Amino acid sequence: MAYRRIKEQAYKWIFTILAFSSLFFLVGIVIVLFKEGTPIFQKIGFLKFIFGRKWYPTYNPPDFGILPLILGSLWVTVGASLVCIPLGVGSALYLNEIAGFKQRQFLKPVIELLASIPSVVYGFFGLVVVTPFLQRLFNLPTGMTALNASLILGLMATPTVCSIAEDALSYVPHSFREASFAVGADRWQTLTRVVIPAAGSGISTGIILGMSRAIGETMTVLMVAGGAAVIPGTFLEPVRPMTAAIAAEMGEAPMGGSHYHALFAIALILFLITFVFNIIAEIVSRRFRIKLGLNG
Amino acid sequence: MHNKIKMQAKDVDFFYGKNQALKNVNLDVYANRVTAMIGPSGCGKSTFIRLFNRMNELVPHTALCGKIFLDDLEINNPSVDPVDIRRRVGMVFQKPNPFPKSIFENISYGLKVNGIKDKAFIGQKVEDSLKRAVIWGEVKDRLHDSALKLSGGQQQRLCIARCLAVETEVILFDEPCASLDPISTAKIEELILELKKDYTIIIVTHNMQQAARVSDYTGFFLLGELVEFGKTQDMFTAPRNKKTEDYITGRFG
Repeated sequence: MAYRRIKEQAYKWIFTILAFSSLFFLVGIVIVLFKEGTPIFQKIGFLKFIFGRKWYPTYNPPDFGILPLILGSLWVTVGASLVCIPLGVGSALYLNEIAGFKQRQFLKPVIELLASIPSVVYGFFGLVVVTPFLQRLFNLPTGMTALNASLILGLMATPTVCSIAEDALSYVPHSFREASFAVGADRWQTLTRVVIPAAGSGISTGIILGMSRAIGETMTVLMVAGGAAVIPGTFLEPVRPMTAAIAAEMGEAPMGGSHYHALFAIALILFLITFVFNIIAEIVSRRFRIKLGLNG
Repeated sequence: MHNKIKMQAKDVDFFYGKNQALKNVNLDVYANRVTAMIGPSGCGKSTFIRLFNRMNELVPHTALCGKIFLDDLEINNPSVDPVDIRRRVGMVFQKPNPFPKSIFENISYGLKVNGIKDKAFIGQKVEDSLKRAVIWGEVKDRLHDSALKLSGGQQQRLCIARCLAVETEVILFDEPCASLDPISTAKIEELILELKKDYTIIIVTHNMQQAARVSDYTGFFLLGELVEFGKTQDMFTAPRNKKTEDYITGRFG
């Protein structure tokens, strides 16, 4: 008896520790980000850091304005959502409404498989296929542009959007559709006026998480965005998103110097952005569950 | 039986894949009467009434042989648009299924999908339908609240109101009280008796007392066959078939 009780206690503790370890790591990361990132705010001022238009960290004297990097991230994220929303939501609608059972059984895993391709492979694809294509198409000095990054990131975020949107559509109770058909609505009306509104916040959750994935993606943008730390004028110019700046420069920034702290500060801001994205996604999806009466 | 026949099933067989759910069913539904379908679970009675508004078509791998008529129209003819049928034959489901929209929108939905845009007309129609479904008094001050906040019984009356708004000729009730408490059930039954003045009603029920209370005609289904069909009064007092008698007296089911 005593042995069994000890065993149960041991299991309880092991799982408790495992469950709390992720919290521990999260807190640890946040502390490090704050500790290493905030010195740059003290040195040059928070607003000047965020809204400074020049990023010349290795000049003498250096400029640490990350507005071009923030805008770079913003541009490729907006561009990516223009790709992944129609692609992801469209394929979710197809899977849920039009595809037969067998097609869905086949297609959904295939689309989700897109998410398992390593980002460096996407980047490579962008580099060797999309880059020369864009260069020729628009007659550009370089094909490594915000547009290129947007296309590839959009493709990468599509499985996230599609998968979550399709789940949301399939959670819409069949009884809603039946009710709609029973009052003489046709398929299109049922879809646009009942099913999509009912699944709306679930679909939005997918979109937000897809965008969150796009803004945090590093390897791909490092390879295809072009890397110019200037405020972009059009999608056909190279950009340097925040993630790419961190990845490219961390190796050459002297530890403990201003550049080093600036990179941590960028990471901190990036973290806050994705954090907000995820919180919004969580709130929206909770509202969705309540709306459908699934639970709180 | 000298009433006008509103709907009619002729030699109906129905299949789910290879399973035959209905076998050679013939039945007449009289205008402005309540026709009840009774029988044990899985006997095909729900499947049967879902043929009257072609709802079974939404289920894959099903097949129907035989004919269903609405007045003189053969509704299962491929040239007939099921949407047109459902605008004439409404349905109330077993589990109340209001849309996750406001009370007002739940009722106006049927009008809007049928192409009605006149706001004043819609507003009036919503009010009339809610009044006819005897729920107006309970919801008139909160028409723009979510319908999901209503109780189960209220939701079911809302669903009836939704059906009334489109001015169907026939209303199919598929075990409308299965998930309701006795008081809500009594309200729905009262409502059905009231509605038969203007509508033809078909109701599936598990509850034999309910069939006896509300219906004029009753059909007894067993294993996909219509065992007996006749005036409710006759069937409950002097069933012709031994199986009907056994079921009604509670010997099985």
